[in-house]
Amino acid sequence: MTAPRPALETAAMVRAGELSAVDVLEHHLAVIEAGEEAVHAFNLVTADQARAQARAVDATVAAGGDPGPLAGVPVALKDNLCTRGIPTTCSSRILEGWEPPYDATVVTRLAAAGAVAIGKTNMDEFAMGSSTETSAFGTTRNPHDTDRVPGGSSGGSAAAVAAGFAPLALGSDTGGSIRQPAALCGVVGMKPTYGTVSRYGLVAFASSLDQIGPFAGSVADAALLFDAIGGHDPLDSTSLNRPTPRVLTVLDDGVDGMTVGILTELLDGAAPDVAARVHQAAEALAAAGARVEEVSVPEVTLGLSAYYLIAPGEASSNLARYDGVRYGLRVDAEDTVAMNTATRSQGFGAEVKRRIMLGTYVLSAGYMDAYYNQALRVRTRIIEGFDTAYSRCDVLLGPTTPTTAFAIGAKVDDPLTMYLSDVCTIPSNLAGHPAISVPYGPGEDGLPVGVQLLGPALSEGTLFQVAAVVEGAAPPLAAPRVTTGGPA
Amino acid sequence: MPEPAHLTREDVAHVAALARLHLTEEELDLFTGQLAQVLDHAADVASLDLAGVVPTAHAMAVTNVLRPDEPIVCLDRDEVLAQAPSVEDHRFRVPRILGEAP
Repeated sequence: MTAPRPALETAAMVRAGELSAVDVLEHHLAVIEAGEEAVHAFNLVTADQARAQARAVDATVAAGGDPGPLAGVPVALKDNLCTRGIPTTCSSRILEGWEPPYDATVVTRLAAAGAVAIGKTNMDEFAMGSSTETSAFGTTRNPHDTDRVPGGSSGGSAAAVAAGFAPLALGSDTGGSIRQPAALCGVVGMKPTYGTVSRYGLVAFASSLDQIGPFAGSVADAALLFDAIGGHDPLDSTSLNRPTPRVLTVLDDGVDGMTVGILTELLDGAAPDVAARVHQAAEALAAAGARVEEVSVPEVTLGLSAYYLIAPGEASSNLARYDGVRYGLRVDAEDTVAMNTATRSQGFGAEVKRRIMLGTYVLSAGYMDAYYNQALRVRTRIIEGFDTAYSRCDVLLGPTTPTTAFAIGAKVDDPLTMYLSDVCTIPSNLAGHPAISVPYGPGEDGLPVGVQLLGPALSEGTLFQVAAVVEGAAPPLAAPRVTTGGPA
Repeated sequence: MPEPAHLTREDVAHVAALARLHLTEEELDLFTGQLAQVLDHAADVASLDLAGVVPTAHAMAVTNVLRPDEPIVCLDRDEVLAQAPSVEDHRFRVPRILGEAP
């Protein structure tokens, strides 16, 4: 089996007229055809629209034009990114069949960069979950072992890249929903600084934490995708109006003279084989010229509790919009309140109901200060703790997840145990900081391990620089069993 | 300070009504136990002394985001209404509200 062609190479060849975007697309559609039944990465494969986009890219090249930095590269989109006229479900019955009247800004930017949107990927319902098992449309399976979860909530996007269905994918990360599935599926996944990628057209879960970010088979391909989607957007009032770090140009800059802190709190709960990989990555960075030391940020141990007060609080408010009035499911009843209640009770799955109720409770009179406001104060403490660490370290290093991929069904009936899957990724969301997961060889069970690099706000350049060194030292990982991907 | 472990079935039923959710008896039992478990876990946060710490609502504070007061293209009305479950005279149609006559 040959390795899939990197997106960077595909784009360069398409721009040079050496490779047709239509051929690239048809190759990936064939890979999907062969492997999708076993993996179920997609809610919808948009073959017709993708063919039209690919033909337009080829026509631009034929006419002497430049389609852009992602010319002809298929990209899979998490199904919470709005696509005009194409169903966007968030893997929920309540949005089944809904066709957004507008495109998300990232979708517009991908098209402008010459990318080809190949389909909408499965996810935990409204991004609430860590395994893709809360999807109303069935579980996505890990391409490395189809009895295991791919992680979540962006499990479909991670699995799509791992299985060779698409070289690139977009996900969203509220508490680890890009990095955790990237780690479990053996691909690169990155959560940008809050505000660097527009959230316009991303269906809201927890607005102060949500960020869109890239999945790719390599650090360089992730950099290519990040550079294409970032930057200020007047349509998102939380978008940062300042220069976004460019990352593709810094990948060869190395780590000589940098200080890397091993974040001890993230290692405390990690399985021995995962912790061993983190230490190996640290040794590789030291061998490449970085100073490596252990760093403690005790505040991050409060992150999980704070997150499961803040995120459900914001979600309960955001999901109030699903009322059966303007779009999506309506279950008829005698009056409007009964209609709202019947629609929401039938349309939402158990995990979404659980989080809406948790959020409603922690925001209700008498409890808001003890829970929600207290969690916001913890958030301040976590940021201060990171600030102290970053006064000494350029980046922090830890595991992305405590274990490799767990079995389908193992945690789905025990919410708190499932929530603990996100313990290593949540602190970066609470702080608004960027973080990236890079595959670092197999664990004892042969499944992928991800190591995580964390940095302060807007340190994407440094993160990608270090990630490239980590990737270069990573032990090889067996190709996924279901993949049939190779160069187009 | 409220005691998280004392979350009752009645509390959960009340919260469900506030959230416009109807729960079955089985769901009420299940969710009462599960929500109490999560709130128990959050007791480490609820019990901290953080007096004087300023809450952070947004990590990257952006304030007073304004744009010039100029008309721009907005969503097409018919395209938006085409997604609605029920429409009448270019408006969203809903069942009766409160005790009005139908």
